[in-house]
Amino acid sequence: MTNRNPSFQQEIERLEAIVRSLEDEDLELDTALELFEEGVARLKSARALLRQGELKVKTVLQNSDGTLDTADLDG
Amino acid sequence: MGGLDLFDRDPSASGDGALTVSEITRKARLLVESGFRNIWVRGEVSGFKSYRSGHWYFSLRDAQAQVRCVMWRSDNQRLPGPPEEGAEVFVEARPTVWEERGEFRLTVRELLATAEGGLWQLQLERARAALERDGLLDPTRKRALPPFPRRLAVVTSPDGAALRDILSVVGRRWPAAEVLVLPARVQGEGAEDELCAALERVNLLPDVDVVIVGRGGGSREDLWAFNSERVARAVAAVAVPTISAVGHETDIALTDLVADLRAPTPSAAAEAAVPDRAMAEEILDSTARRAARTIAARLSVAEHRLARTADRLGAALDRRVVLRRHRLDELAARLDALSPLKVLARGYAVARSPSGTVLRRAAEFEIGQVFRLTFADGDVSARATGDEP
Repeated sequence: MTNRNPSFQQEIERLEAIVRSLEDEDLELDTALELFEEGVARLKSARALLRQGELKVKTVLQNSDGTLDTADLDG
Repeated sequence: MGGLDLFDRDPSASGDGALTVSEITRKARLLVESGFRNIWVRGEVSGFKSYRSGHWYFSLRDAQAQVRCVMWRSDNQRLPGPPEEGAEVFVEARPTVWEERGEFRLTVRELLATAEGGLWQLQLERARAALERDGLLDPTRKRALPPFPRRLAVVTSPDGAALRDILSVVGRRWPAAEVLVLPARVQGEGAEDELCAALERVNLLPDVDVVIVGRGGGSREDLWAFNSERVARAVAAVAVPTISAVGHETDIALTDLVADLRAPTPSAAAEAAVPDRAMAEEILDSTARRAARTIAARLSVAEHRLARTADRLGAALDRRVVLRRHRLDELAARLDALSPLKVLARGYAVARSPSGTVLRRAAEFEIGQVFRLTFADGDVSARATGDEP
């Protein structure tokens, strides 16, 4: 039950780093443009995360052998 | 008085008229039990002993006398903990005679400390002192909460108002999150065990960013599991930041002191745990504006340089420059979607010389000079007439 989607935190941290590089560093234009393109993609993905509609809720249950499992919460 | 008469000869008595030990102790027990109803007794605790069975044995005494007391497990388990040796207490008790020992004693049903706050306070202070000794109340232990958590764990009763409140706040503010509920009884028999087990389980779950542990309001007895030293230690042992929310604003529990953040209510815990979506949108917008501004500046510098190169190369434009210009056009279109070039759509136009250089100042025009005006929807050729407008 590992959570594999990129997190908003990861996206925003990368975005901040990109913008800082664009602002401060003496970059080749090609590098700057590549960074910018990546930034646009990250922005899109972060916005998509925010628009996600329904909160996911699960209950953690313990199996008889002691391992953990999850089930959707009723209601 | 009818009923018992100690001096009445028992027909089953032995020939010499004497009572057996069993007979006299039984008669004494009946006499004592019928002579008193439940009574309150005040005294000092002495010789306290808790047996493996869970029953408590002790004496109550004052300057002149003492009396043996027993408090059964079924009665003492409602209390937060045992009284201290020497503590002044009130007991509600039923006097009896323990026949096997011929001993007069009190069967205690309720025990209250006379000092401020009583036994509850005493037990709380003990637990608090133990946690303090182990450094668990040290403010420097407090960890910062993650600004944009992805996975939250909630340790509480699965059908309490606290869980409903938490889910509704998180759902409204930050639906990108996932909430894992670890159900645990929060009051009564077994609550401490279940809370500890659920908190330990949090450490086995991958990728949990923050944990909320708590419950809604209730009486002091209802909230007591959250004042348990064991539960407080289980909160302290959680590997990720914790928020404790027990009862209402004014209730402070031991878990509140140990957690990384104390929230006054479960709803407030949820507010603290997740950011507001609108705030996150605002951060994204401002980041996008910064990115667009800086890339636009870099592009215009590059464009000037390209124009100069193009002049030098004349008609024989290097193919690589053409490619780069092509890429720039493409990116400029994308940038347009992000904003600064949208300025054109609002009615502004850019003036350029026939070679494409942007004309920024009136001084760059000569009378009769031909130039191009770029609007949002296309170009127009123009000529500078030199007239005052």
